[in-house]
Amino acid sequence: MAEPLLSVERVSRRFGGLLAVNAASLVAPQGRITALIGPNGAGKTTLFAIISGFLKPSDGAVRYAGADITGEPPHKLARRGIARTFQIVQPFTGLSVRDNILVGAHLRHRAREAALVVAEQVAREVGLADRLDRPADTLTVAGRKRLELARALATEPKLLLLDEVLAGLNPSEIRDIVPVIRGLRDRSITIVMIEHVMQAVMSLAEHVFVLAEGRMIAEGTPAQVAADPAVIEAYLGHGAAARLGGAHGH
Amino acid sequence: MKTWTPIAVVVVLLAAVPVLASNVVLNFLVVALMIALAGQGWNILGGYGGQYSFGHAAFFGTGAYVTAILQARYGVNAWVAFAMGIAAGALVGAVIGGLTFRSGLRGSYFALVTLAFAEVLRILASVAPITGAGVGTLVKLDLRVGAMQFHSRAVFYWLILALVAAALIITRLIERSRFGVWLVAVRENEDAALALGVDATAVKLAAMAISGAITAAAGGFYVQYFLFIDSGLAYGTWISIDALLTPIIGGVGTVFGPLLGALVARALGEAAQWLTGDAPGLDLVAYGAVLVLVIAFMPRGLIGGLADMRRWLTRRPAVEAGHG
Repeated sequence: MAEPLLSVERVSRRFGGLLAVNAASLVAPQGRITALIGPNGAGKTTLFAIISGFLKPSDGAVRYAGADITGEPPHKLARRGIARTFQIVQPFTGLSVRDNILVGAHLRHRAREAALVVAEQVAREVGLADRLDRPADTLTVAGRKRLELARALATEPKLLLLDEVLAGLNPSEIRDIVPVIRGLRDRSITIVMIEHVMQAVMSLAEHVFVLAEGRMIAEGTPAQVAADPAVIEAYLGHGAAARLGGAHGH
Repeated sequence: MKTWTPIAVVVVLLAAVPVLASNVVLNFLVVALMIALAGQGWNILGGYGGQYSFGHAAFFGTGAYVTAILQARYGVNAWVAFAMGIAAGALVGAVIGGLTFRSGLRGSYFALVTLAFAEVLRILASVAPITGAGVGTLVKLDLRVGAMQFHSRAVFYWLILALVAAALIITRLIERSRFGVWLVAVRENEDAALALGVDATAVKLAAMAISGAITAAAGGFYVQYFLFIDSGLAYGTWISIDALLTPIIGGVGTVFGPLLGALVARALGEAAQWLTGDAPGLDLVAYGAVLVLVIAFMPRGLIGGLADMRRWLTRRPAVEAGHG
């Protein structure tokens, strides 16, 4: 396995009496797609917020490209090459699609002309090139997800954290965007994705981590994880694995 | 071309006004442009950065007092004093911004704290010996260009017009710069901006310093024009309100919003006074009613309202023509 670009080491986060993330560890190897799955409320988005600097962990460490980045603010992490998308899309609603992407493009390019060139390239890559001058708030859900992805890509990241970019899309929209994500991986961008759409996880991710009630309960290839009794129980309830196993037996 | 032509046209047209206008009209325009300048300062922070300050008097008054005190007490050249006043405005902006943004104050909390800062400064200025306390500070009449005082009202007018033009250019430059793009991003969604590498606190701080400097220039000009300042004039809420109302009426976050807003609001104020005659306060009622109407029906100000109207007018024929 390649040297991990990102490693999360026994990270915990407490909100008052609730332990949202409990000593969770995760590694994302360079140039691969790693998925983070788990039932609702498992703490996936909290873990993402910690990695991207929006929350400080109560305990544990986050390492990225050999440096300890625990608790660094988000804008500094973005400069290091970590970009994230938000599960609930956060477009700059008052701006055009072009100006939305431009904000991200300016991170590596001070000059307006150069940043505009990058913004258009990125728009083409994610399939928004024909909507550059539309106000962001006129985009459909699928369009907004693409915009979220485009803005993050415009910062020219090394590590991309995708928080449910496929949620809310219909099957044909998912079919359209899966190759885009695979294309990013082929450009050697390391990707960690939170995803509920299992068909996409199965086809995209090389390695899957499963978070349930704040703890990492399993990891492995998509096939290994899908067959893991602990994972089935986490999704379907206690005893589900045994009942399913029994059903197969007869 | 499209970037600079409108500014050049507006400034040249306004510069020609003294040829035809009477002294009364010029006086009206000088004050309107001074308010526009204060509003242009507010617009950088409030319009582009989304940080609504209710206390821009803090900058106006600081610019005014520094300009006045350096001349009256220390014999500093008026132009130098004026420049120092602008620098002091930037400094006060950086200090207030540092205190408020670092403690994470946003929205109405930010507005209230800026109001409080302006009030504190007003009270301090009304008792401190250096400001002349309750008596205020007078600048000696000295009608020389070297003393930044002019025989002709037209020259004062051209000076304030030049300052407004400079602020228009600064605003346009900001709009086209990385800093401006980031500032607008912070206004639209601070978390999303952070995720894209924008240091929101630094961006807001810079905006507040620029904003403070521009509004302080209006204060410094006030002193040179009226040759007198006291705590109520310098740090009073009147200027905080005018500085935020003019961009809101004209169009927040637009280059020409404060200028248009100041001219229209001042003209309305004068018209209301003329129409209501001797009845005290009635002009303010009329003025307030117009403000409410503008804000209710043109939430993006006159410039936004005009743009909507133009789009509406040009769209109709296009629809009839179909897609062919």
